[in-house]
Amino acid sequence: MSEPLRPSPDALLAALQNDAARGKRGQLKIFLGMCPGVGKTYAMLEAAQRELKARRDVVVGYVETHGRAETQALLAGLSVLPRKKIDYRGMALEEMDIDAVLTPRPQLALVDELAHTNAPGSRHPKRWQDVLELLDAGIDVFTTCNVQHIESRADTVRQITSAEIRETVPDSVLDTAEIELIDLPPAELLQRLEQGKVYVPERASAAAKNFFRESNLTALRELALRLVADHVGGETQEYHRAQTSAGPWKTGHRLLVAVSASPFSEPLIRWARRMADSLKCPWLAVHVESSPELGEPALARLEKNLALARTLGAEVIATTDENLVRGILRVAQQHNVSQIIVGKPSAANWLEWWRAGSLLRQLTRQSGNIDLHVVRAEKSGAPETKSPFRWLPLSGWKQYAAVLGVVTAVGLANIGLMQLTGPRVPGFVFLMAVVILALFVGRGPVFLAGAASALAWNYFFLPPRFTFIIQSTEDAVLFALYFVVAIVLGQLVARIRAQEFAERHREERATALYQLSRELSQAGTRDEVVWQLTAEVGRVLNAPAAVVLPSNRGLAAHPDSPLILTEKELNVASWVFEHRQAAGKFTDNLPGADALHLPLASERAVLGVLSVNPPLRTLSLSQRDLLEAYARQAALVLDRIALRAAAEQSKLVAESERLSNALLNSISHELRTPLAAITSATNTLVESKNGELKSAMVGEIQEAAARLNRLVGNLLDVTRLESGHVQAKLEWHDIDDLVQTTIRSLQRELSGREVKVEIEEKLPLARLDFTLMQQALSNLLLNVTMHTPPGTAISVQACKEGKDLVLRVADQGQGLPPELLPKLFEKFVRAANAPTGGSGLGLAIVKGFVEAHGGKITAENKLSGGALFTIHLPQSESPPMLETPA
Amino acid sequence: MSESEKIKPVTLVIDDEPQIRRLLRVTLEANGYQVVEAATGAEGIVQAAQCRAAVILLDLGLPDMDGVTVLKRLREWSRVPVIILSVRDRENEKTAALDAGADDYVTKPFGTAELLARVRVALRHSDKLTEEPVFRSGQLVIDLADRHVTVAGKEISLTVTEYNLLRVLVRHAGKVLTHRFLLREVWGPNADNQNHYLRVYIARLREKLKTHPNQPDILLTEPGVGYRLIEST
Repeated sequence: MSEPLRPSPDALLAALQNDAARGKRGQLKIFLGMCPGVGKTYAMLEAAQRELKARRDVVVGYVETHGRAETQALLAGLSVLPRKKIDYRGMALEEMDIDAVLTPRPQLALVDELAHTNAPGSRHPKRWQDVLELLDAGIDVFTTCNVQHIESRADTVRQITSAEIRETVPDSVLDTAEIELIDLPPAELLQRLEQGKVYVPERASAAAKNFFRESNLTALRELALRLVADHVGGETQEYHRAQTSAGPWKTGHRLLVAVSASPFSEPLIRWARRMADSLKCPWLAVHVESSPELGEPALARLEKNLALARTLGAEVIATTDENLVRGILRVAQQHNVSQIIVGKPSAANWLEWWRAGSLLRQLTRQSGNIDLHVVRAEKSGAPETKSPFRWLPLSGWKQYAAVLGVVTAVGLANIGLMQLTGPRVPGFVFLMAVVILALFVGRGPVFLAGAASALAWNYFFLPPRFTFIIQSTEDAVLFALYFVVAIVLGQLVARIRAQEFAERHREERATALYQLSRELSQAGTRDEVVWQLTAEVGRVLNAPAAVVLPSNRGLAAHPDSPLILTEKELNVASWVFEHRQAAGKFTDNLPGADALHLPLASERAVLGVLSVNPPLRTLSLSQRDLLEAYARQAALVLDRIALRAAAEQSKLVAESERLSNALLNSISHELRTPLAAITSATNTLVESKNGELKSAMVGEIQEAAARLNRLVGNLLDVTRLESGHVQAKLEWHDIDDLVQTTIRSLQRELSGREVKVEIEEKLPLARLDFTLMQQALSNLLLNVTMHTPPGTAISVQACKEGKDLVLRVADQGQGLPPELLPKLFEKFVRAANAPTGGSGLGLAIVKGFVEAHGGKITAENKLSGGALFTIHLPQSESPPMLETPA
Repeated sequence: MSESEKIKPVTLVIDDEPQIRRLLRVTLEANGYQVVEAATGAEGIVQAAQCRAAVILLDLGLPDMDGVTVLKRLREWSRVPVIILSVRDRENEKTAALDAGADDYVTKPFGTAELLARVRVALRHSDKLTEEPVFRSGQLVIDLADRHVTVAGKEISLTVTEYNLLRVLVRHAGKVLTHRFLLREVWGPNADNQNHYLRVYIARLREKLKTHPNQPDILLTEPGVGYRLIEST
């Protein structure tokens, strides 16, 4: 009966196991070198050979020997997994086949070149992400890396060697890793280089010569040594801290770095990471969104900056505020930030410099006890895309055209007006037009309207007309004032409008979130969650969405999802489900997918995946925020539903446990008592010669056998009822016959009692199942005999009340215990002082049989004393007519 | 001795439970029957042909085939009375066995007295080549030749249908008659589903055959299966 609910504990268990597996994360060991050629791969293979000797299960995921014999020799005995061939623009590229490594679940995998960039079409863009997945799967990994590829050191290396570094590994990857430095004095390295022992690609040899200079190498070596020293230092510090105090971030430091769309933000983020590293404290990267909407390139840069912060281990927070400083300080206060890092303005652009300077002054004034770091930031190597500051928000060309049209029209009207008022009034009419325009158009068109109308006024109206010359000083002042007023007014109105727009935008988001959470909070089933979520996501992003949920047959999109997922997308979704990370379009995991897949994860488990396919090229921060918020909300509700189902399930289990205990107790008692009677009676029979005693024993045996038979009958009836196989076979029957037959079958049990039968005169035939009703009646009568003293009178009544056939069984006993009344018809419910011989099943069977007729049974105590059972059997048809008997 | 042996009717017990066979053997032999046992359906059919049983006690749950199948195979060539002895007490199973040609149905556990009475009824019916013209049960006397029915000496007037129904019951007195059988005998082959006819006429018959309210019914209802007219014992 509870079967359909069963999968949920299994799902819970699976989730638990998932968590447990996650707990056993693989250990990463990095063989770090200052530059190529120091022998990292060789050292890694040597270490692998040692592991192999220690009987560990080692596979080679990807190792590049560059065809060198000594390195090649070290591969002996290691199982080298096949690589994945990816065809990219006609080139056959070879990459590590991550699934080939994951499937055999080795204890240790070797993966060369941690910073490598995978060919497009691979699961992850970067190899270090592959490695993280292996670690997540509980596989230990040996890998190699050069110091120049460590994200936080990349800038320094670029400065030292002026080499472009495209591939970097985030420092967070190093955090949990064991680092082994492969050190080689520069002189020896150069010697090896000369001997051709270092692999240098042909086309890069010129650049390589520049790179492999002794001064460079010494600096790189120092960098590598320092990195390792910092790492080791960090470890011991951590160890000490763990020894002395409980919390890991006891220092109380917390950094905040302000991030914008500017290219300057990137080095600033790296700087913050290094500082957080040395302070061993958490850090936040905060972006404050304000009203002028960012253009597409700026947005992309912002996304990149935030993504960098995320990979470097920052908690990324995006907030909206018209006032940048207020926004930053609000986040800082909310998160107990102790130090704020902002960029030092460069003097390249006076306007920007002034703006940034004023921001700094504000920040200094308002930051209170928070320390402020103003960091000089150099632009990172990437070619600069100009114009971080845009004077005008985008306005359509139509707005400019409309503005010119209005100015021309007002000008024409003014020509008529000038005849009456002179040249000055048209100026004010123009001004009014500009102000009104500002209410409808953007900043740019307002500026144009101001300028055009000022010039038109001057040219067409102010004397001397049709020149730009102004004669009187008065007019000149008026004209200048006009210009200033028009522009300032336009600016003010535009700013108010922009603020209003931002406010509306924020309000829309808040409303959307509120609406979803309100609707979700009312959702009681997974189906409802899916409907609400897909509908809301569809409305907000104007894109079809799907919700993928675990089912008995693995992961499957919910059938009501508007977005149909292909096999490939479903695979991405299941990757998301397993790894608890977003994947697909707009992400770093499987970016080749058509849709964006977000995990619906609560703290306890991943409950599903939200897949959405927005027809956009980029996803704005706010859209992504909103989606993530939706996913979180939905996950919470799904979690709640799952927990509730589990709770209900366990309640059900407890209940059925109680029932089966009661059943066992009752059955064993009920079966054994008559068996005991039979056994002892037969023993007596065998030994006794006393005739009277013999017949008494025979009577006992008969009684016990009858009781056993009754019990088995009851058990069979209950089983039939519970298996749902009881179906009333409705036929026309004579009620008198029913009552009399029942009473006759209970002759022995009813002996010594007066049974008063009252059947209504001319009671028509009734539609019922004779056998079921006979059994029901007989159980009722037996129940009475069991609970009333011998000789107590019983009455059975049958009559028609409305359309129902009503049967009543009443006795003159002491009545039903009131506390039992509400659960009288449940199984194994017995009165505390009930006499032996009942199984507690009789009345449950009566109820079951009556209900099989669509009828109902009630029990009450009569005012005059004694119990009264009433059965109502609905009679929808009137009995068929008989032809007149011949 | 050999004389009395010869007139002892043979009962064939087809049941796979040795304990039941043992019990039946003791009971039946003590009451003047010979007993032949068979533990499977196939063996039962063979024995039925060989031992010329006067009555067969057949269990429905046999290891090799269903009791109803055994019954059908027997009925292909023999009219020997068959009493079903089974733990199955669902009415549709009873009806199926009776409609397949069983003469009676006794549910396990059963009382010995009841079983012996059923065996006697079965034997009497098979012995009876011609119908007795007068049937008596308690105070009821039915003269089938004269179409006369009296209860406690008082003549009862019955309609044609009531009389026909009573006559069928009398002819098979002591045996359980299924609804279908009675409907076909009294109302013809198209009356199979007209159970309510039967209910009404049985009720009328009961009313008319009763002398005083507390007199025990001689027309018994077998729940879900049919009716049985009790013979006076």
